[in-house]
Amino acid sequence: MSQTAGHPSFLQHHFSDAEQQRESAKLGMWIFLLTEILLFGGLFCAYAIYRSWNPEIFHNAHVHLNVYLGTLNTVVLITSSVTMALAIRSMQLGRRTATLRFLAVTLALAAVFLVIKYFEYSHKIHLGQLPGKFYTYDGIAGTNPHIFFSVYFLMTGLHGIHVLAGMATIAWLVVRTSRNVFSSEYYTPIEMTGLYWHLVDLIWIFLFPLFYLVG
Amino acid sequence: MNNLPSSSYLNRPQGIKSWLLTLDHKRIGLLYLFSVMTAFALGGVFAMLILLELLSPGREIIDADTYHQFFTLHGAIMIFLFIIPSIPAILGNFVLPLMIGARDVAFPRLNLASWYVYILGSLFALYSIIAGAVDTGWTFYTPYSVETTTSVISMTLGAFILGFSSIFTGLNFIVTIHKLRAPGMSWFKMPLFVWGLYATAIIQVLATPVLGITLLLLIIERVAGIGIFDPAMGGDPVLYQHFFWFYSHPAVYIMILPGMGIISELISVFSHKKIFGYKAIAFSSLGIAFVSFLVWGHHMFVSGQSELAAMIFSFLTFFVGIPSGIKVFNWVTTMYKGSISLEAPMLYALSFLFLFTIGGLTGIFLGALSVDVHLHDTYFIVAHFHYVMMGGTVMAFLGGLHYWWPKIWGRMYSEKWARVAVALIFVGFNVTFFSQFILGSQGMPRRYYNYLDQYQPLHAFSTFGSWILGLGFIVMAIYLIHSLFKGRPGGANPWGALTFEWTTSSPPPHENFAEIPRVEHGPYDFDRVTAKSTLGETI
Repeated sequence: MSQTAGHPSFLQHHFSDAEQQRESAKLGMWIFLLTEILLFGGLFCAYAIYRSWNPEIFHNAHVHLNVYLGTLNTVVLITSSVTMALAIRSMQLGRRTATLRFLAVTLALAAVFLVIKYFEYSHKIHLGQLPGKFYTYDGIAGTNPHIFFSVYFLMTGLHGIHVLAGMATIAWLVVRTSRNVFSSEYYTPIEMTGLYWHLVDLIWIFLFPLFYLVG
Repeated sequence: MNNLPSSSYLNRPQGIKSWLLTLDHKRIGLLYLFSVMTAFALGGVFAMLILLELLSPGREIIDADTYHQFFTLHGAIMIFLFIIPSIPAILGNFVLPLMIGARDVAFPRLNLASWYVYILGSLFALYSIIAGAVDTGWTFYTPYSVETTTSVISMTLGAFILGFSSIFTGLNFIVTIHKLRAPGMSWFKMPLFVWGLYATAIIQVLATPVLGITLLLLIIERVAGIGIFDPAMGGDPVLYQHFFWFYSHPAVYIMILPGMGIISELISVFSHKKIFGYKAIAFSSLGIAFVSFLVWGHHMFVSGQSELAAMIFSFLTFFVGIPSGIKVFNWVTTMYKGSISLEAPMLYALSFLFLFTIGGLTGIFLGALSVDVHLHDTYFIVAHFHYVMMGGTVMAFLGGLHYWWPKIWGRMYSEKWARVAVALIFVGFNVTFFSQFILGSQGMPRRYYNYLDQYQPLHAFSTFGSWILGLGFIVMAIYLIHSLFKGRPGGANPWGALTFEWTTSSPPPHENFAEIPRVEHGPYDFDRVTAKSTLGETI
């Protein structure tokens, strides 16, 4: 795309063409995802250390997580990644209605994930399986079983916040798409949100076996 | 004589709103300049008060608790509010797009957001002063930071938020350097300051999130008692130190690398000679960035990490000396047989060479495991990092500020008063901090409110030095502010430099360049090209 072909409305003044703008956004997004991985990296490191110090506690505590709900949530989140990818594909083909539909399904699946998480959390809170000084449950053998729940709530909690942020962004995309901002020429925000959403999904794919499955 | 251009980024568009909502990287650089220099003045006042208190043993002006709060505020403000954003966010923002021939950074809105995030984080940090200033030291070590009644949360939340500002800047710079270089500007035609900013940005992006999660854990630990750093609850306080230094050691290279970039510009331009070993300097920046992630354990030689780990960290620490040494040798070789002119920016560059070399070599002493066990937590450490941070980064920052001052404002400062200020700052700095090397080697512990009589002469010497230093900065503030109104116009290229930012008018127009410049020569080809100084006289 050249300057002589006219200046598309979405092109910012400091870029020479749409290609440069898109490539910049992509690189920026990948760097942002890198910072997200390092943010979670600290917590994964804490998980590894406390697990290696307290293998029995981690074993005894993990059986109190609900594997069925965890598996269901994994399926929900992976499906939402698929619908997100389909939303991007639809906009690449210029199909606005299909894009809107896929974005709405993604949003709904994200909400389902959080609702399931809510039931899991409230059950834990009810039993007193909580971090640190709030831990009141007495059905787990070993000293300091609360450390498992500290790490569990920190990691799934931070992940939950990321799901919320993703939902806010997808909701914004729905509004922008219905206002006809995007086209087969310009769909960068949808694509970037997709990258973010896949990362949120990917982090859950690590959290799920580490907490629910490994004994 | 030179005239100021009638229309520039400074006067078009006008109005306070056009500044607060600006997307222009030059204006954002200036917003940073004013806010970061305010933080620097505040941190400096705390430094002067700490040293005044240490003039003699016992109480001078403040009690012990206040003293602990003051040195914490000095450290936290200088690190998080001043030195980390100083060179990248002020000078980097202003000159990076100009140097690579771009119209702006890749994400102008993110750039403005980083400034607002900086202001928000600063407000949280400053709120802690009113709310019972934090007294843990700027490192916020657990378990004390969990137990103390002072306002740890607002300060750490401030630092957490400031981290995002730093990440935004770093992310923006990486993308800008990758994607927005002018046609023909290959990687090895980039000015070395750009290489310095690039290496810095990589560390900002990779290390800062780890500080973020660390401070978040500390806040949650304090609020909710999750026990993750509390040994009584199965947690580990040393894990906090590992997390903290995994960021904070690379962070010292966030502070020094852009400074090294500035020095490469200054030495070449004021020696009127092609830089010696361009690629070696460029790659050594990346080398420092890489090694910086492998040495954090040298802060914890006496914290109870394993002996093997300590030995490995000690060994790896020596590697930092190699790329740093490569740079120093290349700068010195650049000056060899150059035609050196000693304006203020070059005087700062020379100060940097002396002081950074002392700071770097003492860093090697401290990296040696057995020596560190003796010197750990003494004034030797304090002197070492002030030689690197102030003797290194601040000198480079001031050199860069004077070098680009005529580009930023279009006006020259008073060269005579600038030299007076360099002299005062150089002498004052050495009087203040060289005495601390001796104090530390004699066993004076850092962060102590009171001390034995035998240390009094050196403490007093250090305090006198701080007054000379303070005077130097006051002189500088006066002539710099004066130059904004009365300075004579310096023209597009007062120093006769060859990089792109000097090809456009001073101050530059809103769009930076009337036409995107073409690369016709390397940034330091003084052997092939002569750029005449626009000052119109021999300087």
